[in-house]
Amino acid sequence: MFACVHVWKLAALSLTDFAYSFSPVVEEVRSGTVVIDVDGCELLFGSAYQLANEIARRAQELETAVSVAVAANPDAAIHAATHLKGITFVSAGEELTCLGSFPIERLDYSLAGVEKEAAAEILETLRLWGVRTFADFAALPVAGVSERLGQTGLKLQQLAAGKTERHLHVKQPAPVFSNSLDLEHPISELEPLSFIFGRLLHQLCAALDAYALATNELYVTMKLEDQTTHERKLSLPHPMRDHKVFLKLLLLDAEMHPPQAAVTSVSITCEPVKPRVLQSGLFVPLAPAPDKLELTLARLAKLVGEENIGSPALLDTHRPDAFSMKRFTLRTDSDRMRRRKKQPQPAITPRQCLGFRRFRPPLRAIVEVKQGWPIQISAWGKQRSVYGKVVDLAGPWRTTGDWWRDDSWARDEWDVTLERLGKQTLYRVYRELKTENWFVEGNYD
Amino acid sequence: MKAAFSKAELQAEITTRFGDAFRIHEKTVVETLSTGVAEIDALTGGLPRGAISELFGPASSGRTSLMYSLLTYATRHEETCALIDLHDVFAPAAAVSAGMNFDRLLWVRCAGNLEHAFKAADLLLHAGGFGLVVLDLGDVPGKEARQIISSWWYRFRRTVEDRPTVLTVISEEACTRSCAALALELNGAAEWSRVSLKRGIGSLLRHNAIRVNRQRPITPWISEGQYRATALSV
Repeated sequence: MFACVHVWKLAALSLTDFAYSFSPVVEEVRSGTVVIDVDGCELLFGSAYQLANEIARRAQELETAVSVAVAANPDAAIHAATHLKGITFVSAGEELTCLGSFPIERLDYSLAGVEKEAAAEILETLRLWGVRTFADFAALPVAGVSERLGQTGLKLQQLAAGKTERHLHVKQPAPVFSNSLDLEHPISELEPLSFIFGRLLHQLCAALDAYALATNELYVTMKLEDQTTHERKLSLPHPMRDHKVFLKLLLLDAEMHPPQAAVTSVSITCEPVKPRVLQSGLFVPLAPAPDKLELTLARLAKLVGEENIGSPALLDTHRPDAFSMKRFTLRTDSDRMRRRKKQPQPAITPRQCLGFRRFRPPLRAIVEVKQGWPIQISAWGKQRSVYGKVVDLAGPWRTTGDWWRDDSWARDEWDVTLERLGKQTLYRVYRELKTENWFVEGNYD
Repeated sequence: MKAAFSKAELQAEITTRFGDAFRIHEKTVVETLSTGVAEIDALTGGLPRGAISELFGPASSGRTSLMYSLLTYATRHEETCALIDLHDVFAPAAAVSAGMNFDRLLWVRCAGNLEHAFKAADLLLHAGGFGLVVLDLGDVPGKEARQIISSWWYRFRRTVEDRPTVLTVISEEACTRSCAALALELNGAAEWSRVSLKRGIGSLLRHNAIRVNRQRPITPWISEGQYRATALSV
């Protein structure tokens, strides 16, 4: 049996939530109309008629005017509820007793999946035939309707007779992937906190698993004893749902960014996304597993600092040593194909280039100059020193840029060979034009 | 006949005591990764996977040029690569000129901390899946490099031996001792060209002529090669 609830006046009541209080199998037909599958609700609410009364009573308590119809099929219940006020009970096989007198124009053709234009044409034909009510339409011979109006006409006839058979288009309640825990005693150490994280993540991943989903973003909110909130966001390049990996990542993150006071409450929320489906090629070189790679990157970030790990990316400028570090992610074949289609990359032919080792920061140098050319260079730094007589050189090459900014640069560069104790080494040195200071930028290797 | 009998008897005795000591073990085919330089590939057959390779030589000997070639070849052939840069000397602009694909390169900058560099290498090797891991100790003085405890190298050798990873160590002097399956000593010599300028004769750095000497494994036949790395400005 199906119960249809129709709201006559728009109210603040969320009809879907209201319907879920009776049964989990609910179809939202349109705004203000829902159908509830009431099979199996007898133990809770009694007979179908008692259930209809209960629905009307609860709606009245919420100051909402509704009409309720109970029928053997959902479409008959919808027609009865939307056109008759109060409580209507339609017995199985006697649908026409209730619906038969309805004018044919009130036939809700969308319930049978019929297009508006096709339905309008059939209704016009029926009007010309003198068919005025549902009962008139239902009384027409099936074979004749099929011959003249086709399958669409038959569908509408069954709808008018209240004899359609279909399943409800059940609306699932939106799942919430969030877990929180209020602690009885504040936790100030990481080890006990890991048990809390583990428990919450285990539940969260089980929920994701139940919906065949994964996540690529975790939000951790910790309420602290000093009434502040510590929030962390964990972004992953690929969706995952392994709670052990999440736990390790969260602990590494907590070690790098510890809360400033004892934790009184922990809440973890995740953004559900479809899991990653990957088909590896037979001849594609082995790549690190995504979860292992994430853990390794997190451990490396803890070891050397987040800013010191990643893939280099050149900046769009001629400024020397201008680059940024971006997150290291392994692209799949499909990602690469998509990217290549979007922006075709210029073909770079690999060649044996002379390597350059850049000193960061450049070494401040004392340079002996003769007729504008360096002849002796000495420079000392914490990790290295450069000293020697210039035996060969090329330059100067002047580079300038960003003159409109405070950090503009202007310099003369030289390639030099320095000789010291019989060993020759190639360096690049430069003179800043603003300050007239000399620096060793790096060495060719 | 007596001697043959004695030999068989002796072999049987040793076999019962020490196992199959006389069984000839078939040498497994070693997979290699090309260096991207035909001359060095001809000399070595490429860098062996599942082993440590060492490239050593003084500054300006061509270690970094060879590292660029290696990383360029590997990244362009879809290998996942990692560069552990002890003294933060990697120059991305020069690497791009060499044709390196940064999408496949993980750069770890250790700010001069040797312990961090070794720990990072250990983490990367244990993570697996990397085709090439380069540990750049090129600016560590020879004396300091020799003081690196051997257990690190044994640990790395043990870690990579069952993986298709090439661990390449770049240093000023040979420091991996017996743990390296391949050791190449490099020596470079700058080649300058004279060019006419308005104010007279000028110079231009053209190439670094790199001479490669294979130190390990030692073979009686060819063990030297030579190639040129072109200066970026040319």
